[in-house]
Amino acid sequence: MSERLAVKKTYKLYIGGKFPRSESGRSYQVTDSKGRFLANAAWASRKDARDAVAAARKAFPGWSEATAHNRGQVLYRVAEMMEGRRAQFVDEVGSSEGLGRSRAEKVVDEAIDRWVWYAGWSDKIAQVVGSSNPVAGPYFDFSVPEPTGVVAVLAPQRSSLLGLVSVLAPVLVGGNTAVVTSSYERPLPAIALGEVLATSDVPGGVANILTGRVGDTAPTLASHMDVNAIDLAGVAGDDEHAVQLELAATENLKRVVRAPAKEPDWTAEPGLGRITSFLETKTVWHPVGI
Amino acid sequence: MTPRLGDVTTLDEVRLSDVTSSEASLRQFLHGLPAVDHVGAEARAAGLATRSIKTTAKQFAIDLAISMIDLTTLEGQDTPGKVRAMCSKAQRPDPSDPTVPPVAAVCVYPDLVATARAALGSSTVKVASVATGFPSGRTSLQVKQADTREAVADGADEVDMVIDRGAFLAGHYGQVFEEIAAVKEACGDAHLKVILETGELSTYDNVRRASWLVMLAGADVIKTSTGKVAPAATLPVTLVMLEAVRDFRDTTGRQIGVKPAGGIRATKDAIRYLVLVNETAGEDWLAPEWFRFGASSLLNDLLMQRQKMITGRYAGPDYFTLD
Repeated sequence: MSERLAVKKTYKLYIGGKFPRSESGRSYQVTDSKGRFLANAAWASRKDARDAVAAARKAFPGWSEATAHNRGQVLYRVAEMMEGRRAQFVDEVGSSEGLGRSRAEKVVDEAIDRWVWYAGWSDKIAQVVGSSNPVAGPYFDFSVPEPTGVVAVLAPQRSSLLGLVSVLAPVLVGGNTAVVTSSYERPLPAIALGEVLATSDVPGGVANILTGRVGDTAPTLASHMDVNAIDLAGVAGDDEHAVQLELAATENLKRVVRAPAKEPDWTAEPGLGRITSFLETKTVWHPVGI
Repeated sequence: MTPRLGDVTTLDEVRLSDVTSSEASLRQFLHGLPAVDHVGAEARAAGLATRSIKTTAKQFAIDLAISMIDLTTLEGQDTPGKVRAMCSKAQRPDPSDPTVPPVAAVCVYPDLVATARAALGSSTVKVASVATGFPSGRTSLQVKQADTREAVADGADEVDMVIDRGAFLAGHYGQVFEEIAAVKEACGDAHLKVILETGELSTYDNVRRASWLVMLAGADVIKTSTGKVAPAATLPVTLVMLEAVRDFRDTTGRQIGVKPAGGIRATKDAIRYLVLVNETAGEDWLAPEWFRFGASSLLNDLLMQRQKMITGRYAGPDYFTLD
């Protein structure tokens, strides 16, 4: 009997709840940390980025207007689905990042826990960053956080799952929709997360995942007038590129989370910074009733 | 490909005054038109839709499409304020860019014609008014004529009438013909656009017959739809109508315009129509006098594409007026 041939996978993008091929028709080979072939991934072009922004914009009203409780439940569900695919994530994180089995398991568990942690903030963040303000007049005056809009997220290049979760979950939990560019060399956990999102209760278009070179899609996202904020975590350490993207983002005054000098240690306690970076404060004056 | 009417020998022999002399001869002529190749028409339209229009050609197409738009609002909730806002957008679609051409016309209900006329002043933008009991057309001929006269008296340059689809489908071609002729008379100097409402005509053969019928009756432009019935304008239907105006000019020497309306929202769609016009009727029709888009949301998409081509950045709807 002949030896069984392995099925070589060719993954696609995740845009608007569907898995389309790149508009460019291009794909690239993904290898493990030792250079062995793992799979083919789609190589997103600027038109894919444009389509992803359109999908995110379309999904924004539904997601931002869902109740905080509902959003939290949906995000918990994502964590449940991640747990179900734990073995796959361990495999992919291990081979992508060159980690042994036990270390890969630890990273995946941490990523799932991180997702749960952020999901829990959904109906609590308003209590922490919102306020009722003392004013000198017969008014109730209170401030509430609202989502910024469509957020472009350049996911970290090294930490393929924990880093990705740490930048994506805080964007979604506030009610924003996201267009994510994954790590170029380590896209498989991001692709698997796309499959998780597609099979959980997250509405199509709320999170969109592009694989390929950051340099191909990031300038489009940074200059796109219908993107309201951008997280530059994925160009950490590349000052020149980060500055260009920041300049492009000025045209419509995007909120920018700047690229750190080097990729941070994602296992550290995250804090609320990444949630509040993508929230706007609305203050309401309401006459005191008689 | 469907055969060209000019090639059909019977038509060369037919004198058009004979055709319209009686209901029987009209019916004989309309039913003697060659049948539309259903599959062929759809394949042709789909094939032309794959043409890639880029860079300078795209820039040209976008500006041409903007100048061909009949900026339309036909809602029960229309107010004079909304019409005035639309008129100012029609004259200068992108306030931040004076190089954007004005649209061809604004299209409103008859009671708002005077408002639009006043708002447009001496601008080149024309005022079009729907009339004749739009959108169903189910009123008496007297009412339709009065409706038309009132719109024209208020300052409409163009009148968009609907045909009596009931009469057409029942085969009362003479009645449809007489009605269009009567409304044409009521129009005076105003241009008459006749809406076939192709979504209710069921077949391409009916579209071809209706096109010829209304052209014979004196229409200046044939228009696909009211926008109130789905499906509205489609590429194959527009193809059939473009063939009709082409063949009509070959036969009679009179050039008739075409206006697809309803459901055209994206720049890509508009460019597909322009390709279709160029390849079917020819370059002579690539002008606002001879081809129009009945649309409202299309304009913002064209403006966004135009800005993208100039700045290199994708544009966002936040930076254009809401309609």
